[in-house]
Amino acid sequence: MYIWGVRDDEWGDGLMENDDTMILEVDNIVSGYTDLDILHGISIGIESGEIVSIIGPNGSGKSTLMKTIFGLLRIRDGRIVFKGEDITGIMPERIVRKGMGYVPQEKEFFSSLTVLENLEMGAFISDCDISESLERVYRIFPVLAEKGRIRAGALSGGEQRMVGFGRALMLSPDLLLLDEPSAGLAPKMRDMVFGKIIEINRSGTSILIVEQNAKRSLAISDRGYVLEMGRNRFEGAGCELLENEDVLRLYLGG
Amino acid sequence: MQLIINGLVIGSIIAITAIGLSMIYKTLNFVNFAHGDFVAFAAYIAFFANKELGVHLAVAFLIAILATMLLGVSMEKVVWRPMRRKKASRTALIIISIGFALVLRNTLLFIWGGSTRCYDIPVRRGFDFFGATITHNQVLVIIVAFILMFLLHYLLSRTMIGKAMRALSDNIDLARISGINVDQVILWTWVIGLGLAASGGVLYGLVTAIRPSMGWYLLLPMFAAIILGGIGNPYGTIAGGMVIGLSQELSTAVLPTEYKFAVSFVVMAVMLLIKPEGLFGGAK
Ligand SMILES: Nc1ncnc2c1ncn2[C@@H]1O[C@H](COP(=O)(O)OP(=O)(O)OP(=O)(O)O)[C@@H](O)[C@H]1O
Ligand SMILES: [Mg+2]
Repeated sequence: MYIWGVRDDEWGDGLMENDDTMILEVDNIVSGYTDLDILHGISIGIESGEIVSIIGPNGSGKSTLMKTIFGLLRIRDGRIVFKGEDITGIMPERIVRKGMGYVPQEKEFFSSLTVLENLEMGAFISDCDISESLERVYRIFPVLAEKGRIRAGALSGGEQRMVGFGRALMLSPDLLLLDEPSAGLAPKMRDMVFGKIIEINRSGTSILIVEQNAKRSLAISDRGYVLEMGRNRFEGAGCELLENEDVLRLYLGG
Repeated sequence: MQLIINGLVIGSIIAITAIGLSMIYKTLNFVNFAHGDFVAFAAYIAFFANKELGVHLAVAFLIAILATMLLGVSMEKVVWRPMRRKKASRTALIIISIGFALVLRNTLLFIWGGSTRCYDIPVRRGFDFFGATITHNQVLVIIVAFILMFLLHYLLSRTMIGKAMRALSDNIDLARISGINVDQVILWTWVIGLGLAASGGVLYGLVTAIRPSMGWYLLLPMFAAIILGGIGNPYGTIAGGMVIGLSQELSTAVLPTEYKFAVSFVVMAVMLLIKPEGLFGGAK
């Protein structure tokens, strides 16, 4: 295939230093807020099609890592490579265009906008007709089709979470970042969320997930990373971490 | 009846000028104290075009709106955007806006002096309306204000850029995460907000004398309208503006006219004490 007259394997030349099954590579990242570093050299990797969990105690920098990947914080050192392209320091707008979606930990929907408007905002940068994207999101979350004209702020907690997911899925991202997707939900809604994550992943989207409910998220993950104080502490296959005694004792409550 | 008509006229002016102030406040999280002086600026530009250049008032109206938008856009590009990049504190932004308010007002004073001005339009007898008189100008103000409110409603609820403006004032971080070009939408918010303020200014000049301080004194009723309607809720602001306009005018039936502006202050203080989220709830 040719892009702008350049064969696309040449196009990627030099950027594809790593194995091309890697969709995201975070390499020794140092970042944080205005004058405070929170991440002191974090490295993680996600292979295409994987679900990867990040766990760690409160304040260990999990959300900060997600914001950093998405271009919301200044990166002081290290490198982020997405689909073979260096995306270190580029703006969220371009990251969205490259095929990444993000459901943040809090305020993951526009409360004064209707459900439909929330979804439209997810596709704001798209020049194409969005009806197909809407169809696709409605297939995953049928409730959203029924409640299109209702203000998101008036929905139940579970429905609001679906709005947040739906917005992030409008442009069919190749990688979806989920920051505590099951937090604050009733048990039944948590089951729904984990079910949907698996469904979204099966349809071809790689997923990076941060969860308090670590056992549950490791159980559906291919691999997991444990962070502590802005540094990597452990990593391994999901089931391996679930059986690791240190991890169990320290982070999974025994 | 006369007071109700006067109240509706001033209420619609307060409403359309306050919307911009409220949108900017909610989106950028600071109060633009220069907002009122943009209102006066527009009235003077319209006066200048109409009286000194001799163009029709309708054309002068458009010129004034464009000039105000242009000034607002330059401010955004030269001052507000760089300040955001530097993560300037809210206090710094407010102080800059107060400084700009003073500069703008004194520039008007310097160019056109402190005496009151009015447009070059014929004075016509008003209509009788249930025992009250309603002037042509008052009718014009109400009609134009309602057309503008309708256009705003269309913009905010039907167009993508309008929805994005609401999204930004709701949750700017999420807007950024959604890939929306936040700076561009902020620019639109200034354009629309100041366009409305400018229209309000030109209309205000139809029913009151044009003075450099006319906008500054409108700021308090605008705040009152915004707080009454719930910060960041444009429809609430419109309703709030009407309520403030009416209560200001009706108060003159029992209180000396000098106390008119105190009414906004009292309404605002009472609202803040008993229902700070506004009568109609904020945009949250
Ligand atoms: N906006 C901010 N400005 C400054 N410091 C912040 C900000 N947000 C978070 N921090 C600090 O960064 C550190 C890591 O926070 P972060 O939100 O990344 O933790 P987390 O692992 O997501 O925790 P939680 O499990 O509570 O969500 C904390 O010490 C926190 O106080
Ligand atoms: Mg967090």
